[in-house]
Amino acid sequence: MNKDLTKKFSSGHATCAGCGIPAIVRTVLGATDKPVIVSNATGCLEVTTTIYPATSWKVPYIHSVFGNAAATAAGIDAAQKALEKSGKLKNPAKIIAFGGDGGTYDIGLQALSGALERGHDFLYVCYDNEGYMNTGGQRSGATPYGANTETAPVGSQSFGKTQQRKDMMEIVKAHGIKYLAQANVAYLPDLKRKAQKALNTPGPSFLLVLQPCTQIWKFPTSEYVNIGKLATETNFWPLFEISAQGGSALGGEDYKYEINHIPKQIKPIEEFLKTQGRFKHLFKEKNLEVIKEIQKTVDENFEKLAKRAQIS
Amino acid sequence: MQKNNTKIRALTGGYAVAEAWRQIQPDVMAVYPITPQTTIIETYAKMKADGLVATEIVQVESEHSAMSATIGACAAGARAVTASSSQGILYMAETLPVVSGLGLPIVMSVSSRALSAPLNIHGEHGDVMAVRDLGWVQIFAEQVQDAYDDTIIALKLAEEINAPVMPIMDGFHTSHTTERIEILDDEVVKKFVGERKVQQSLTDFENPTTFGTLALQNTFFEFKIDQEKVMQKAKAAYKKICGEFFKISGRKYEMFETYHLEDATSVIVIMGATGGTAKDVVDKLRQQGKKVGLLSVKLFRPFPYEEIGQALSHISRIAVLDRAISFGAYPPLYQDIVSSLYHSSSRKPDLASYIYGLGGRDTMQKDIEKVFQDLEDGEIDNKVKYLV
Repeated sequence: MNKDLTKKFSSGHATCAGCGIPAIVRTVLGATDKPVIVSNATGCLEVTTTIYPATSWKVPYIHSVFGNAAATAAGIDAAQKALEKSGKLKNPAKIIAFGGDGGTYDIGLQALSGALERGHDFLYVCYDNEGYMNTGGQRSGATPYGANTETAPVGSQSFGKTQQRKDMMEIVKAHGIKYLAQANVAYLPDLKRKAQKALNTPGPSFLLVLQPCTQIWKFPTSEYVNIGKLATETNFWPLFEISAQGGSALGGEDYKYEINHIPKQIKPIEEFLKTQGRFKHLFKEKNLEVIKEIQKTVDENFEKLAKRAQIS
Repeated sequence: MQKNNTKIRALTGGYAVAEAWRQIQPDVMAVYPITPQTTIIETYAKMKADGLVATEIVQVESEHSAMSATIGACAAGARAVTASSSQGILYMAETLPVVSGLGLPIVMSVSSRALSAPLNIHGEHGDVMAVRDLGWVQIFAEQVQDAYDDTIIALKLAEEINAPVMPIMDGFHTSHTTERIEILDDEVVKKFVGERKVQQSLTDFENPTTFGTLALQNTFFEFKIDQEKVMQKAKAAYKKICGEFFKISGRKYEMFETYHLEDATSVIVIMGATGGTAKDVVDKLRQQGKKVGLLSVKLFRPFPYEEIGQALSHISRIAVLDRAISFGAYPPLYQDIVSSLYHSSSRKPDLASYIYGLGGRDTMQKDIEKVFQDLEDGEIDNKVKYLV
């Protein structure tokens, strides 16, 4: 494997065939030449890369529990500041926290919120595979409406998840941090640029990266890039970034929204849904209304985003 | 003995602990407020505001994050501490075995308090008993002087054995009570605790370490056995450090304290603040010619089974007083005393179990006297009695 790619994160990890998580991790870690320290929430990334006595991590790494990746990063930030002050640390590292959507939207939200509010110097990266995939595919606050999951299963009386996803980007933005972006594993150059920008932003920054899961979304292992692209080409997962044009060390203001990729022709949501087993049931006659509902939400959300991008 | 610059002060337990932290000057303190721990962290915050300490204080949004940030800081090579009580300790409970599992020398100052429901903010040992099996060393203070001294000893012990330590004082009874204490000279404390010797750190970029791996069926068991070996080492390390502490302070601490045990026939075993009241009762009854004595446990985890069993081997009537309830079982200290006696002595003393002081209920001298009276009268059976 390309030596540059495995400089910080080795080959030989145990992620599933066709999983995009390693590509996300390598792209983010590759976005800086400074030392990095990784704080990782419990989840797919953690269990597949740290099976004792092996480790895939060639940079300092810590995993503690499921919901505390941001709080752990906060402690590392405080330690680096203290050690710098006492002259014991010359070249502090960039601190990067990785969590899945369960560890970010749900169980880790409070710790993330606290760390953002306190303004710690770190980058939080959420690889969003839209559910609890490490435990076999249960619904999370990031699972889309209508998806079939183990805990919101399809049945004679159910079409899957009946709630919408949380708007994680707006939740994070509300903390007044200076840079956050939505990215997609299918667009790695875009992710790399955003990671560089985030790592050069003082204080907290946030990246929300779509990670199509071959196992639970149910598609062939060769397809994760194509499905990731369809998510963006249907406007289900637009690529955009939000940066503060003003503000102080205490927080950003005057936010600028930029949409980074406008598809030449926006594809209907069916193009994305039909590629995955988790949405298969929606194409039955009785569920066609659900697809209409999903399309409506996608359109409304994109319209909102486009307005914000134009206004600013 | 070096006692030249000792200062005499009148301090609450909370203030005394903060004073010990001021002298130690940890790199990082991550804390979340909860009564009755607040006196520690408020005092320390004021010390920071007055420029007396350089510590990075992280005011987190929960106890779960308090311990999580302390873990991150400690793994990054900093001397990192926290403080908590009651619900706070249970809220962070998920992270407590992570600290011991990773071998991080974190000290958490505890003002022990009852657990809800019903809500109660007052002292008892229910909170620390609920987390007694998680690989933390637990040291109980009887009075404000101990609370100060234990903090200094705990820090040195944690860093010597690479395991976390919880110095515990009774909420309110010690944390909010003003007592006369002796404060060591700043330089003496600084020299005593020295610098933390870091073995592996997240800030060692040349030798990257993975903290917190996944261990499967083939390796997990050995990790736990190794952790137990560390706990067993803790006893000898505690004794050694207490010996060193005696040299700088003139105050002698042991794994447990005995009071008029040699010729006693009736003995109370206790832990924490109420030990002081019990000593007064022993004095009073001794004046009446009664052969009573006391054993006050200081090091609760690891528990000195053999040593306590030996110390009690000649006693015929023993009452164990627990400031905690263990629903559906004998209370915790009682269970450990039974184990101590079973393995250390062929004699079977008459043994009684009492629970006292739950939710901050006062335990008066007359309550302790009643226990001694029961022992004397042979009112001893296998039922748990309540000093209500």
